[in-house]
Amino acid sequence: MFAALANPQRFMALSRWFAPLLGAGAVACALAGLWLGFAAPEDYQQGDTVRMMFIHVPAAWLSMFAYACLAGASFFGLVFRHPLADAAARAAAPLGAGFTFLALLTGSLWGKPMWGTWWVWDARLTSVLVLFLFYLAYIALQAAIEDETKAARAGAILALVGAVNLPIVKFSVDWWSTLHQTASVLRAGGPAMPAVYLAPLLLMGLAYTLTFGALWQVRVRAEVWRRRAAVLQLRNAG
Amino acid sequence: MLDLDMGKYAAFVWPSFAASLVVIGWMVADSLLRARKWRKAVERLEQDAPPR
Repeated sequence: MFAALANPQRFMALSRWFAPLLGAGAVACALAGLWLGFAAPEDYQQGDTVRMMFIHVPAAWLSMFAYACLAGASFFGLVFRHPLADAAARAAAPLGAGFTFLALLTGSLWGKPMWGTWWVWDARLTSVLVLFLFYLAYIALQAAIEDETKAARAGAILALVGAVNLPIVKFSVDWWSTLHQTASVLRAGGPAMPAVYLAPLLLMGLAYTLTFGALWQVRVRAEVWRRRAAVLQLRNAG
Repeated sequence: MLDLDMGKYAAFVWPSFAASLVVIGWMVADSLLRARKWRKAVERLEQDAPPR
């Protein structure tokens, strides 16, 4: 599958249809998830703030998933020197930064009524902030280095260094005593919440994942066209 | 029936949903406009290419 998608022409042909399909799936899942989310009863402890879970948790999942994609693409770009891998890494970074920003913002807005504070320097919140800074550093590095090959290599090394933070984000709530709760969906023994909350949460998680999948492909397509435009500009000038 | 009355938590719940809509909306718009811009640039440059 990787070999098939690594061909830019084949990727452009497939993504032309696949990206809108994922986008349509994302809209359908989001509508169903929001409907079920607002139809669910308020939680006996958290009241109506429980509905923030349906946007906060998917954003937090995607902040990590997008970084895993960024690091994976960086690895392929660095080892196999494949230009589409560099384009994929470059395309994933702004999307991941957007989801991480949302995870931090909605988490803060949820924290105030539940914990009594907007922010606390506990291991989970701090490691997610570090993840956000890695995204910003990657984007800044790509913008700062003019030579695209050098920018891709430097960015890939930075992305792989930052990947060390992913298990820290995931397991921070288990390794240290944090104000943030431990995992309640992806945990041994199954999800720790009733189906009335789990169903909209999973639907919204799928909607966010499909949104990322669709937009990632659109941005890779833009990157392929940008490089094609640069080649054509040189050819026309010569 | 949908419960849209967030009561005393409205000041936290609705800004969260609004911010999510704005950021995801920005990501969609930026991605589509970026793709459109470079596709158009390639089309223009292919038209301007000197005959071989």
